[in-house]
Amino acid sequence: MIDVVVLFFLLGVFARLVKSDLRLPEPLYETLSIYLLLAIGLKGGIELSKQPVLDLLPQMLACMALGFAIPLVLTPVLRLMGLSRVDAASMAAHYGSVSVVTFAVASAYLAAQGVPAESHAALWVALMEAPGIVAGILLARLGAPSRPGEETQGVNWRELAHDVFLGKSVLLLAGGLLIGTLMGEAGTAPIAPVFLVPFKGLLALFLLELGLVAGGRLGELRRYGVRIVGFALVAPPFLAMAGALTGWALGLSLGGVTIMATLAASASYIAAPTAMRMAVPEANAALSITAALGVTFPFNIVLGVPLYLEMARWLVSGA
Amino acid sequence: MEKFARTLLVLITESALEKRLIADSQRLGAHGYTVHDVRGGSRLSTREALWEADRSIELKLICSPEVADAIAAHVMATYIPHYSLTLYFASVDVLRPEKF
Repeated sequence: MIDVVVLFFLLGVFARLVKSDLRLPEPLYETLSIYLLLAIGLKGGIELSKQPVLDLLPQMLACMALGFAIPLVLTPVLRLMGLSRVDAASMAAHYGSVSVVTFAVASAYLAAQGVPAESHAALWVALMEAPGIVAGILLARLGAPSRPGEETQGVNWRELAHDVFLGKSVLLLAGGLLIGTLMGEAGTAPIAPVFLVPFKGLLALFLLELGLVAGGRLGELRRYGVRIVGFALVAPPFLAMAGALTGWALGLSLGGVTIMATLAASASYIAAPTAMRMAVPEANAALSITAALGVTFPFNIVLGVPLYLEMARWLVSGA
Repeated sequence: MEKFARTLLVLITESALEKRLIADSQRLGAHGYTVHDVRGGSRLSTREALWEADRSIELKLICSPEVADAIAAHVMATYIPHYSLTLYFASVDVLRPEKF
């Protein structure tokens, strides 16, 4: 059954398609995004405080390796589809990085289905945000120009590292994780009525806004054609398979394998566009954002997450 | 009241460039700046400022004509090829010339 928050997303898309004047105030969008990142981090941190962090090292390394590997696999595929080197690498970076909101929707869906998952999964999100972006930039920048006229341009790695590792999303997520780990359940109890209890309602409101944003990208789909739409629909299940296999190999629970599959299948539309805009400005930003936000994000939250749960069920029960 | 002629250089562009443009303009001689969050569009595209990657800024610099020209030339050479960017000049009168 579809999760209630997804209906808010669809309401936003509908509002956009019928050209409604609905628009959430910008400060509300900012507030909600800060809230969700902190709340997700805090929840994960509270669970981290209950277990030895060193035991999670294999998971942490596997998350980063998975995020880094995805652009290495996708870039040649996108090149074969006719994209330029920078466009292919930029698009692959978006898919190597992750979508925090897709993670939140998957967590809410699992909770509604009564499928428990590793509660420290927010740690995986924080670790998977950056490696895909770094791999995408390396792929775009390293090597000779593959077409006459393609430019190569230096990357200010220091500035980029600052933006990626100390950017809003990683800082808030990691900060929430740290605060939750340090303070534990008892220490965070006073703020639980704000950060933990109303989470799902505020996620629904945020998804309404993202529905408006994603609905606005649908018109762009015609411009990029069947190839890009096809890629944005076909790549996530394959990436989910890689994520599910990784989670299964790590011995995660059914919920954990589903989350890992969802993270691998998700595409970033917040951290990656900003980083790629700075590091690879010649890449077509609208192309990647339209695929990630206009196609893959709706696909994942409406159909993908239930599909990945079934995929994980098949993998875990078949093992 | 004595007034002094200066140039107002206005840059409307993607918010991703904010830090770089401020650093560049200060390096090239601008003494100060003002930034607004804005939204807008053209026949080619719309930037509605609905989320992070869609934000735009308007950067205003008041400086000498020479500094304004140097900043504009740098911006044209460095950023115009790959970013949405509009820039224009206006003549303005200021009261405290040392500030600009």
